[in-house]
Amino acid sequence: MAYDALIGPFTEFEFMRRALAAVIALSLAGAPIGVFLMLRRMSLVGDAMAHAILPGAAVGFLLSGLNLFAMTAGGLIAGFAVAILAGVVARSTGLKEDASLATFYLASLALGVTIVSIKGTNIDLLHVLFGNILAMDDQTLLVVAFNATVTLLVLAVIYRPLVIESVDPLFLRTVSRAGGPAHLAFLALVVINLVNGFQALGTLLAVGLMILPAGIARFWSRDLTAMICIAVIAAAVSGYAGLVLSFQTRVPSGPAIILVATVLYVASVLFGRVGGIVRQLFPGRHLEA
Amino acid sequence: MAALHFHNVTLGYDRHPAVHHLNGEVASGALVAVIGPNGAGKSTLLRGIVGILKPLDGSIHLGGLDSRDIAYLPQSAEIDRSFPISVFDFVGTGLWRGTGLFGGIGKAARDKILRAIAAVGLNGFENRPIGTLSGGQMQRVLFARVLLQDASLIVLDEPFNAIDSKTTADLLALVKNWHTEGRTVLAALHDMEMVRTHFSETLVLARGPVAWGPTAEVLTPENLMVAMRMCEAFDDSAAACAGDDGRSQAA
Repeated sequence: MAYDALIGPFTEFEFMRRALAAVIALSLAGAPIGVFLMLRRMSLVGDAMAHAILPGAAVGFLLSGLNLFAMTAGGLIAGFAVAILAGVVARSTGLKEDASLATFYLASLALGVTIVSIKGTNIDLLHVLFGNILAMDDQTLLVVAFNATVTLLVLAVIYRPLVIESVDPLFLRTVSRAGGPAHLAFLALVVINLVNGFQALGTLLAVGLMILPAGIARFWSRDLTAMICIAVIAAAVSGYAGLVLSFQTRVPSGPAIILVATVLYVASVLFGRVGGIVRQLFPGRHLEA
Repeated sequence: MAALHFHNVTLGYDRHPAVHHLNGEVASGALVAVIGPNGAGKSTLLRGIVGILKPLDGSIHLGGLDSRDIAYLPQSAEIDRSFPISVFDFVGTGLWRGTGLFGGIGKAARDKILRAIAAVGLNGFENRPIGTLSGGQMQRVLFARVLLQDASLIVLDEPFNAIDSKTTADLLALVKNWHTEGRTVLAALHDMEMVRTHFSETLVLARGPVAWGPTAEVLTPENLMVAMRMCEAFDDSAAACAGDDGRSQAA
């Protein structure tokens, strides 16, 4: 019975196996990015970036129809343009990155909507907005896996300066010039993972599989490595459970995944070892030192 | 040989100078105190030396030093203490010069980090997250990182602010040790007694050099009075500076 409910869908249906592979790839790459977004106080920047990608994907859709490569390319171009321009303006003028990004993503959104309205098509962007991981074909899965691999490789390269820049940016500036390129590469990774996520979860929820697991991890560890591992596991578990939930109840897959992650998040807020509410209410006797 | 050479340096923000027309040089191995009232330009000068701030005018020569040969301890470090990093890892970032992006942290490097942590009296704190440290303990951690940087020029911006006397004594001993080892040390300070007792050379700053030379000759009531009377002149409609107004080579 439990086997039929929890494992059966994946042994029986190829589209479920593909979806599971996709969420695991998304979790492996997106969750570490989410941890850094959160620790760098950029969670909402991720959300803003997701909006910036939307018009790019829409333009891709207008030009090539429902072609995921065109939409991905459009999303990547829009996202990179906004991320890099915002980063460059923030670094060269002293304007705060969030203010700079807000300007560029609003401009990007307005431009996208204008282009769509000029074309005059009442396009069906529902799946761009909310994704459909269950409709993923082999090619798309390969794109998702490729992007995840690139993300992990680039993250490995920029990991050290990214950590130092997050904790003590002034120090990094005095010993190295790696801070700027590392930050821009990180923004690029954010865009890649948002585009990766929108094929499965849609632009509006893509950031969810990055930020929610990071938030969960924060309640269980004070160590960066452990936080990244917990975030990846939380994302993969949410993905798996969300797919099962979607399969059994016909709730759309994207929202199901994010809802499961939300349940894990609420449980972590309540029972988390680091700053959880229950732990704060019943901390136990204080220690000697 | 000079470790630092200032040539008509003006440093400031948005065209408004914080330090005007500074000329002079710091000998290699010198132990220099930079003193002056708040707003005198001490921090700005130090930021200029370490290359965070570009001069509005003039130039600073580092005597062949690379930026990696400089260790800088800022006054109010922009450190995100909520970031989940342990004392060990944080101090370990001081090894950047040797490790860079990919260099491994082997047993020798680990021992170095442990020795630096022990040298500042924080044995047993290795695994503590930096967010749980007191102000004095954090300052010790920052000194441990400077130790690991093994720099020939060490720039300290008010390193003993808001720190108890025991910690101050411990950290001052480290500073004197660096001097003994032949490193060049510049420190912005407010404690005149400490400067008089421990620093052989002093630069009195008040938006420009008031006096610069051996501490015993420079730290006079007259010079301090001139510095205290300094005008914090920030004028949005100020005219462009006509150039060196004769204050350049004090002392």
